[in-house]
Amino acid sequence: MLLSIGLPLIIEKFVLIVIVVMSSLVIAMYATFAERKVAAIMQDRRGPNRAGPFGLLQPLADGLKLFFKEEIIPNLSSKLLFILGPCLAMLTAMMTGAVIPWGDKVHFFGRDISLQIADVNIGILYVFGVVSLGVYGIMIGSWASNNKFSLMGGLRAASQIISYELAMGIALIALLMTTGTLSLKEIVQQQQEHWYSWNIIKQPLGFLIFLICAFAECNRTPFDLPEAENELIGGYHTEYSSMKLGFYLFAEYINMFLSSSVMVSLFFGGYDIPFINDASLAENIGTNWVALIHTAVFLFKAACFLFLFMWVRWTIPRFRYDQLMNLGWKVLIPLALINMLATGAFILLQQNNWHF
Amino acid sequence: MQALTNRAQQVERKPMSLLERAYLPAIFRGMAITFGHMFKKRPTINYPEVRRPFSPVFRGLHILNRDEEGRENCTACGLCAVACPAEAITMEAAERSAGEEKLYREEKYAAKYEINMLRCIFCGLCEEACPKDAIYLSETFAPANFQRKGFIYGKDDLLIPHPITEPEAHAKAKGGRVSLK
Repeated sequence: MLLSIGLPLIIEKFVLIVIVVMSSLVIAMYATFAERKVAAIMQDRRGPNRAGPFGLLQPLADGLKLFFKEEIIPNLSSKLLFILGPCLAMLTAMMTGAVIPWGDKVHFFGRDISLQIADVNIGILYVFGVVSLGVYGIMIGSWASNNKFSLMGGLRAASQIISYELAMGIALIALLMTTGTLSLKEIVQQQQEHWYSWNIIKQPLGFLIFLICAFAECNRTPFDLPEAENELIGGYHTEYSSMKLGFYLFAEYINMFLSSSVMVSLFFGGYDIPFINDASLAENIGTNWVALIHTAVFLFKAACFLFLFMWVRWTIPRFRYDQLMNLGWKVLIPLALINMLATGAFILLQQNNWHF
Repeated sequence: MQALTNRAQQVERKPMSLLERAYLPAIFRGMAITFGHMFKKRPTINYPEVRRPFSPVFRGLHILNRDEEGRENCTACGLCAVACPAEAITMEAAERSAGEEKLYREEKYAAKYEINMLRCIFCGLCEEACPKDAIYLSETFAPANFQRKGFIYGKDDLLIPHPITEPEAHAKAKGGRVSLK
């Protein structure tokens, strides 16, 4: 039977979904804490250190504060859309996690359970689709606020994400030409053999473009024009308060974590442990332990990317709008096109045994 | 125009080279700087737990001094009020009656002595003007208050604790600056 969906499969997937959603929420929560800590350390300050040991309960305190704040819906806003905005932002942020392979597989109750919610064969296209939907949350919310600054922020977000998605897509095409598959699981498995089979070695320029575009997609500095607090008093979330504001801010951190995960899967071998043969390790210590190490390695790589996001944020000032557009259209897209053509030519030559 | 100093530098307005326009080298340099800052010593102190010592010339809240037997030094001569550039000090004098020799050192004393801490500029001229060593600026500063009248400090706020009945509080209020004569 082609599609056999039994109760165990549903339970297994349900548990996995709950774990992935919960852990990405917790990671996003602590990413806000890490952001403040990293900012503090880079500016020779101490950062939050009052709530709990080392300030570890700070995200809880922040969340509680947001929950207890008064919820204000402006009189002249369109109420439904105003509420829909943050919901969409949060929803699309969480959806990306479905296709990311967090580890190989675990063996429980006589079943091999894949540590990926859905091994879709167009995985990376799904990620792209969901990420492009993400801008709707911002656009709808900003338009529904009925505020000029919010609308400006929404417009900026829309044009910025569209501009950078092009370069990102073209950079990705070059990568997909080398891997020959769209499934994230297969892309990760191709990178398992050696540390030098990681795609970053094959596609350094593609990775750089992808990274820059990922910064732009997440609305992070230096591309945080949609929420430029000193020009647009917060941009698209100017009118938002309480947990609706919290959803927007939270969605940004979840996006950051998940785009880090995507970058790890695409370019840095996913859950591959560098310098170690995973297959022989699995024979020695058992599948479940290897899966645990895999997930830990994956999260560590993602954490490095999260740190990079924060590091860049506290280093670089924001681009001007014309600089942003120049960079996107006049630099990144031509570069990505050149990268794609060069990769294509290389592959063709290789297939033709290096004869023209 | 003649230059006042030789520190002025001509600003270069050359168009950026390709390397400069590529942003990335400059970004990496900036990131190296911020990364270096992660290992620098932080000048912050954890305030309520750790307190930075005041300098010996710090001028904080006023205290009205007593002598070693616990008698008030102030004779309400008014020199501090005259010296005060902010006109923050007011007082009312009274004559010591019989039986009050343990409370006041001399025949005249301040029945009322008020300093408006919202006016005070903590210049310390009252301390310099006082011929009786009666007023000193201590090493604490005025705490916040919700109302204006809370900032008008009367005698009960200003007087130093009694040196014999409350020696510890007295020593604490005295700090390092006040000399008892």
